Amino acid sequence: MLDLTYDLPKVKTIAGAKHDWELVIGMEVHAQVSSNAKLFSGASTQFGSEPNSNVSFVDAAMPGMLPVINEYCIEQAVRTGLGLKAEINLKSAFDRKNYFYPDLPQGYQISQLYHPIVGEGEVLVEMGDGTARLVRVERIHMEQDAGKSIHDMDPNMSFVDVNRTGVCLMEIVSKPDIRGPEEAAAYITKLRQILRYLGTCNGDMQSGAMRADVNVSICLPGQYEKYQATQDFGHLGTRCEIKNMNSMRFIQQAIDVEAKRQIAILEAGGKVDQETRLYDPDKGETRSMRSKEEAHDYRYFPDPDLLPLEIEQAWVDEIEANLPELPDAKKARFVSDFNLSDYDASVLTADLDTADYFELVANGRDGKSSANWVINELFGRLKKDEKDITESPVTPAQLGGIIDLIASDAISGKIAKDLFEIVYTEGGDPAQIVEDKGMKQVTDLGPIEAALDEIIAANPAQVEKAQANPKLAGWFVGQVMKATGGKANPKAVNELVAQKLKG
Amino acid sequence: MTELNTLGLAEARDALRKGDTTSKELTQACLSAIEGAGALNAFVHHTPEIAMKQADAADIRIKAGDAPDMCGLPLGIKDLFCTKDVPSQAGSRILEGFLPQYESTITSNLFGAGAVMLGKLNMDEFAMGSSNETSVYGNVINPWKVDDRDLTPGGSSGGSASAVAADLCLAATGTDTGGSIRQPAAFTGTVGIKPTYGRCSRWGVVAFASSLDQAGPMTKSVRDAAIMLEAMCSHDPKDSTSVDLAVPNFEALMTGDIRGKKIGIPKEYRMEGMPAEIEKLWADGAAMMKDAGAEIVDISLPHTKYALPAYYVIAPAEASSNLARYDGVRYGHRATLAAGDGVTEMYEKTRAEGFGPEVQRRVMIGTYVLSAGFYDAYYNRARRVRTLIKKDFEDVFAQGIDAILTPATPSSAFGLGEMTDVDPVQMYLNDVFTVTVNMAGLPGIAVPAGLDEKGLPLGLQLIGRPWEEGDLLSSAYALERAAGFVAKPSKWW
Repeated sequence: MLDLTYDLPKVKTIAGAKHDWELVIGMEVHAQVSSNAKLFSGASTQFGSEPNSNVSFVDAAMPGMLPVINEYCIEQAVRTGLGLKAEINLKSAFDRKNYFYPDLPQGYQISQLYHPIVGEGEVLVEMGDGTARLVRVERIHMEQDAGKSIHDMDPNMSFVDVNRTGVCLMEIVSKPDIRGPEEAAAYITKLRQILRYLGTCNGDMQSGAMRADVNVSICLPGQYEKYQATQDFGHLGTRCEIKNMNSMRFIQQAIDVEAKRQIAILEAGGKVDQETRLYDPDKGETRSMRSKEEAHDYRYFPDPDLLPLEIEQAWVDEIEANLPELPDAKKARFVSDFNLSDYDASVLTADLDTADYFELVANGRDGKSSANWVINELFGRLKKDEKDITESPVTPAQLGGIIDLIASDAISGKIAKDLFEIVYTEGGDPAQIVEDKGMKQVTDLGPIEAALDEIIAANPAQVEKAQANPKLAGWFVGQVMKATGGKANPKAVNELVAQKLKG
Repeated sequence: MTELNTLGLAEARDALRKGDTTSKELTQACLSAIEGAGALNAFVHHTPEIAMKQADAADIRIKAGDAPDMCGLPLGIKDLFCTKDVPSQAGSRILEGFLPQYESTITSNLFGAGAVMLGKLNMDEFAMGSSNETSVYGNVINPWKVDDRDLTPGGSSGGSASAVAADLCLAATGTDTGGSIRQPAAFTGTVGIKPTYGRCSRWGVVAFASSLDQAGPMTKSVRDAAIMLEAMCSHDPKDSTSVDLAVPNFEALMTGDIRGKKIGIPKEYRMEGMPAEIEKLWADGAAMMKDAGAEIVDISLPHTKYALPAYYVIAPAEASSNLARYDGVRYGHRATLAAGDGVTEMYEKTRAEGFGPEVQRRVMIGTYVLSAGFYDAYYNRARRVRTLIKKDFEDVFAQGIDAILTPATPSSAFGLGEMTDVDPVQMYLNDVFTVTVNMAGLPGIAVPAGLDEKGLPLGLQLIGRPWEEGDLLSSAYALERAAGFVAKPSKWW
């Protein structure tokens, strides 16, 4: 399916005072599962609802309430696993992670520590320069999201909104295969793209539907290769986990800042403590979240309210059979079927709406010019209006119509741009507009020849020069185009000019 | 006619159907009995208005003809069941003022069948205890007495047992995590059955230890237990551990014909220092069943001695997590805070004030056994023991054993306060014959089988195959008939 080959990207090194250091990064991405109801209750998952309005008795942890698994969330997790080419565990189980916090009504989060639903998978992360890294996924497990504590509304009180409590998250845990801040951002971007293709997470980082904990460690060049050969973490440095990041920009900054902090410690002869840290973008530093004395002991144990989760291979097969075409496959197909460059194919498959749009335009037409029109004209125009592809006033059929008119020599490329603007702002059938507005390219040689003869007659000096230097023939072409209001077929004009100047 | 409140479920049902009495009359008789029984401290919330309304509705249904068995029968409900708009505190201060806005599946099933709720029954706090001395409402008193000494009705369903034994209600709901139905039944001369784990929905029942908790009826006879259990059981999609299995007509299965049945006598239940009268009761029970045509077989359940310690790891572990929700944030008791107190102080003060010492002890044990570094040594090992205990039972059932006969308790009811100052482990030993059944998820029933020399009731326990409560009830019925236990406590309250 995917026959693209890539070189490995260069590992980012950071120069310390004494040595160069390499980065080793693993990520735990929390992706909110797209589903209407929560993981263990029927309450709605609607974002932006009135505080504490999407809360069932189960979410509020009323006495005697019990969780019942939402089958659709399982299906989504399986779909995600399949999309990441991961093994699906037909048997998994839920565990309780115990800790006290006001926005965690049960006093525990139901998660999957010991037996996650999805095992090892992979994500191909392209870096845009022809290099790519295959990042291994260690596991995906399902868990409940917590609610929200609000501390800044009142000087003496804290408020709690448990709307988000119990919403299903997938925690996608990577192996430490990411080697720099840019790769980290590219990994999240790719993961987001796949999840959006699958329809299992909307990937909206701003609303918190996708967040990441980033594990950062540093090592000396050569150490990572030893780890790779042995899978022994002993070859790597001590990692720190930077919690709860929901911006690509901050993720990259935080990795950079954290790596430098660790380098400074190690080069000064110190030791990095394994701990959880928070990134403060205002100060540009990471800070320890809690001291060792405060370190949580989560007392994980199997949730006795839930039976082990057993799913059937036939069901998994059915989900797999109905998987949509995923980004890597689509990109490869675009390259081969539409003869696109790697870059254009990447741009056009970045999200599903664009890919679908492009495909409607390109079907039965020249792929390259379709790509050019979508990427250059349409994207440019939409960007000017801050619109995205789903809001495009020009439908794929209309854009296709414009491209057809160029292909049939009915209009020139230049006129096509004008036509595009008319369709964009006023709508209408491109062919009809061309007809109505007389934009059709003049291919009848009579009027062109008449115009050219007139110009030649009026400019004997130019004729002489052009005859001496054929490169100057372009001047005559320009004049003819001007005289015909741009509607003359440029190819015909060129030929005619060349012929006439020969005498 | 005898006083209506002294009737059992079957008798009252039949009387209602014949038109000899009405639910209203039955209910009124119970309400006045409750009124006069404050000294027992069994009922902690009285719901006479609800009772009379339900009785009226029941009488209409009965007149119409096709009323279910439970229709019109007045019951007491253990405080562990959440009942809509009626205080449901699990005997704890931490649920002070809590009014559930939902009805537990079991009480829904009962009330849907037309049963009448007289009120909520006292219990050990969060069902943790074997003497009903840990309740925020104070001790429940056993209607049985010796030399004017106040005795425990057992626990945790002590209020239920006391109320049924004293005829304050026709029957009551109980719950059983390690023996909390069967031990109080044995201490009060009543019948209590814990069905197979998964038979009764746990939805709306305040959780103690989720993998062990099961509700069941506490009644005046085995037949009553069969009638009420059937009404309680259902498959409940709201409880993932509830089993999707048809509920048979238990009363019809209860023939009492045990000819040819194999009754196992497990040698490991012959504990060192067991009182002679318990030993005798057990032997008598076996003889009675033999006389009734059963074959008595000596069996071995080799891992029995590990059951109690494993239980006191698993149950507190689950409880420590289940009780985390009582944090003062959303409902129930919240401590008054001092200036500058933060959320940690709120948790600490609320839970210190809200939970009694026994609950605190178990939460601490549970937290300890689940903590990093101890998890494998305690919790995981206890789970492995649990698997072995389960297998012990599977093995004997595979050998063709139909039911297992054991004593229900190691002694008759003891005096209130007698155990409070001793090592808590002494109290935990009360569950020694009953916890194995919860650990294995099996059905178990306590049947009154005789009196000890002090004149106090003693019970025998029958343990059945999973999902075969009908068969178990039939064996229990045979034992009940043979034992002919008719003694009643003399009314002093």
